[in-house]
Amino acid sequence: MSDPTPAETDAAAAEPADDGDASADDPDAPAVPEIELPSEAFDAVLDALADREPGKPVRFEGFSVARGTEGTDEDLPAGGADEYVLADGDRPTGMTEGDLHEALAERAAAVTDWYVFERVVGEFGPRRAFLRWIEDADGETVATRYAALAEGIERAWGELRVTARVTDRGERRYDVRHVDDAGVLVDDLDVYDDPLDARGLVTFDEKGRYRPLKTALSLAGGWVFPDLSPRDLYETVETIYPATVANWHREREGDLDVTHWRETMERQSGIYGVVKTWDRGEGYEHVNWVAEACCDDSQCLKRREWQYDDETDLDVDGGDGVFPCREPCSVVVSAARKWTRLESEQPRTYEFDLTPSEKEQVEAIIDAVADGRTDEIREADAKEGANRYRTRFLRAKLFDEDGNLGGVPTEPDEE
Amino acid sequence: MQSLVIVAHGSHLNPESSAPTYDHADTIRATGAFDEVRTGFWKEEPHFREVLRTVEGDEVYVVPLFISEGYFTEQVIPRELRLAGWDVSEWDSDGLSADQATLVAEDIDREVHYCGPVGTHRAMTDVIVRRAESVTNDADVGEGFGLAVVGHGTERNENSAKAIEYHADRIAERDRFDEVKALYMDEDPEVDDLPEHFESDDVVLVPLFIADGYHTQEDIPEDVGLCEDHTEGYDVPETVDGTRIWYAGAVGTEPLMADVVLERAADAGADLGTALDDVRETTRVATGD
Ligand code: SF4
Repeated sequence: MSDPTPAETDAAAAEPADDGDASADDPDAPAVPEIELPSEAFDAVLDALADREPGKPVRFEGFSVARGTEGTDEDLPAGGADEYVLADGDRPTGMTEGDLHEALAERAAAVTDWYVFERVVGEFGPRRAFLRWIEDADGETVATRYAALAEGIERAWGELRVTARVTDRGERRYDVRHVDDAGVLVDDLDVYDDPLDARGLVTFDEKGRYRPLKTALSLAGGWVFPDLSPRDLYETVETIYPATVANWHREREGDLDVTHWRETMERQSGIYGVVKTWDRGEGYEHVNWVAEACCDDSQCLKRREWQYDDETDLDVDGGDGVFPCREPCSVVVSAARKWTRLESEQPRTYEFDLTPSEKEQVEAIIDAVADGRTDEIREADAKEGANRYRTRFLRAKLFDEDGNLGGVPTEPDEE
Repeated sequence: MQSLVIVAHGSHLNPESSAPTYDHADTIRATGAFDEVRTGFWKEEPHFREVLRTVEGDEVYVVPLFISEGYFTEQVIPRELRLAGWDVSEWDSDGLSADQATLVAEDIDREVHYCGPVGTHRAMTDVIVRRAESVTNDADVGEGFGLAVVGHGTERNENSAKAIEYHADRIAERDRFDEVKALYMDEDPEVDDLPEHFESDDVVLVPLFIADGYHTQEDIPEDVGLCEDHTEGYDVPETVDGTRIWYAGAVGTEPLMADVVLERAADAGADLGTALDDVRETTRVATGD
């Protein structure tokens, strides 16, 4: 909805961020909010300076601060040993701690932005990258981001809707909910604040069925984490979609380790060892079918990056998900074990008669089950081939007392 | 920064399999002994293959929530975690004595301490006893009671029977229960004939399993005769051939299991502060009434 608009970034960047006037050229642009400098952010700056040599600056957007060097080095800014030096493109100025506080309070947006990412979010790569991505911190200026955050920045992650905001103390707060609940009042949803509570939300789908794959499109809604800290946002997303941020991060860094189908099947052992025999060096059509069955965007939110092998891409599209799938998952490996056995059977010719409509009805039933539509088919909708009465009629007509379609036994010697 | 990673089997079919893993992880988190506690699974997510990349710490302890040394602890987990140069001889174990191996996990290019399974740790003996206390709701249970420790026999995994015997022997040495027996599901002495193996009128039956599932909820109750069909349910205790059987369900669901996870990490060098005492205290069975 309110993605940061880059239009007036340059003007905003050159000024201290409390200017609040970034939108001067464009009356419709969101205003940069007033930020009050919290004491923990100021203390963190003093700590960071104390950890550095005099003259080694802490850098903020648009300016930097260092401890004074007593003017011993021509190249370094001046300032007494117990003074601070602020450099903002004009000339460096030496100041006392009190002056510094005042100067940083005037630049509270940039200082709190530094504090959030350097002290609250921390270094851990996936968490940092994810939280910076949410507000496009590597692409947009502080002023633009704070203006957008004041209105709420929305991001999609699988079936999640994340809304990021900034408080008047420069802290980030996040609302996470099912995308279908976008716009619903918090009071009308079940409210949570502990990221680990998300485990209880991902275990069952809407109908109470166990979810074996966390990235299946079956996340139930009706809940919200309305006020998460940056770290808790990351933990919540990791709980709902485990390891998706870590893999997305690796991909952005250019080092996602994709393990293709062949290699994954070769690695299996024990009861899964049999899956290696499914690849017979006679092509990879069977793997196309697996990917179409399980990994399609309608079935799984991950974007499939694995292929048949290093050299052979599958013919099926990997999908458009935000986060990648780097190797066939355990659900796919388990299903492949079953298919390995089933697909080792030889086809046979069975002979029985269907009317044209019955053939189409069989196709409609397969489609309805494959697309998970059986619940949507209305009870009295006799036009639908997969309608329950239509299907029961077909069974009554075509099955013998042993359940054989067309009265033809599955094994010839059962006659 | 010190991290704990609990790895367990999990299931594609039911949530009971991973439930104890989450519970014990929460208990340990509450002690604050680790900067982070993560869980990884064979059949759930994050998978063994990807759990380490979600870990931030530089001192990483991996504890398998498995009952015995064998296929999973020796082959599957080290392979999937990509522990460079793993060889089962690193543990130098007789089937019960695996403690830890420090190896580089190629996935993150950092060393991890790969610990032996919880089920073979000596502290597991206390969990079995604690389980007997919980199911009888008697912190002093023992006198007048027999205790049966039950699991798979040697057919599936030679070490699984070893773990059962090991704990049964240790409990017997304590002279707390009138009788202690190791029974098996697929070989003699069989759990099916439980009353024949005990003289006591009351017997606590503790299955040595990590989580409740098919074996503990269907197989054993039906085999022992607690019920004809597991869907009917059964009482605790339930009388079978004159013996009152107190069926405990999977020992791994006992809260004190968190203690064994911690012991494994401590043996591998983790600094736990007072966490061991804290967990023993918070998971205690209330005494008396
Ligand atoms: S293998 Fe397919 S179904 Fe499994 S997680 Fe990857 S994309 Fe999804």
